[in-house]
Amino acid sequence: MTLAHDFPVWAAILVAFFVLGGSAITLVGSLGLLRLGTFYARTHAPTLGATMGMGTILCGSALYFSVLETRPVVHEVLIAVFITLTTPVTLMLLARAALYRDRAEGSPDVPAAERMEEAPQRPESAENRSEHEEPAR
Amino acid sequence: MSEFLLTWSLVLAQILLGLAMCCATFRLVTGPRAQDRILGLDTLYVNAMLMVVTFGIRSGSSLYFEAALVISLLGFVATVALAKFLMRGEVIE
Repeated sequence: MTLAHDFPVWAAILVAFFVLGGSAITLVGSLGLLRLGTFYARTHAPTLGATMGMGTILCGSALYFSVLETRPVVHEVLIAVFITLTTPVTLMLLARAALYRDRAEGSPDVPAAERMEEAPQRPESAENRSEHEEPAR
Repeated sequence: MSEFLLTWSLVLAQILLGLAMCCATFRLVTGPRAQDRILGLDTLYVNAMLMVVTFGIRSGSSLYFEAALVISLLGFVATVALAKFLMRGEVIE
């Protein structure tokens, strides 16, 4: 525990506000992951922590180190950019995989807009298979 | 004054993040299906990354920043690989 003794009070209040707010928002998102009913509802909840919670906590960290070292320290932006770029990719892949699995089983949990009446089809697998088979023929 | 404020707000933030990690771990352990477990693992990675960032603020060293960056990288790769496995049945085709 090596906090600076001469840290200015205004910066301490701002850092405390950012860090506490971000962790509270993250906790709300994780509680949503715990409490919501179906998988498709649960997918939305943790993005609270991955966007707003992550942003505010990293803002607090950048502010703390900038005031501590009396120069702008912005390397937290790296984490922010990386998480912002990767979270939609992972959640879209995961939701597509879950949708494929639920369609293949005929599960009633699939949202009404995504429900298909005909037999489930593996997306893109037909093209891939034909691409793989063409050189053999 | 500022030391008191920072100490207690960071301890409280770590308690809240620990509770969030407990929620994600519960979903990881008892998720009814595989996609719920992967979602819990992804949330656990993000929460652990934020926890490491708060540890970095508490200790005042920027060494923890690299650990947080590596955790977020590994979380992305792990979740993409697991989602691909759910979709196709294999990771590298």
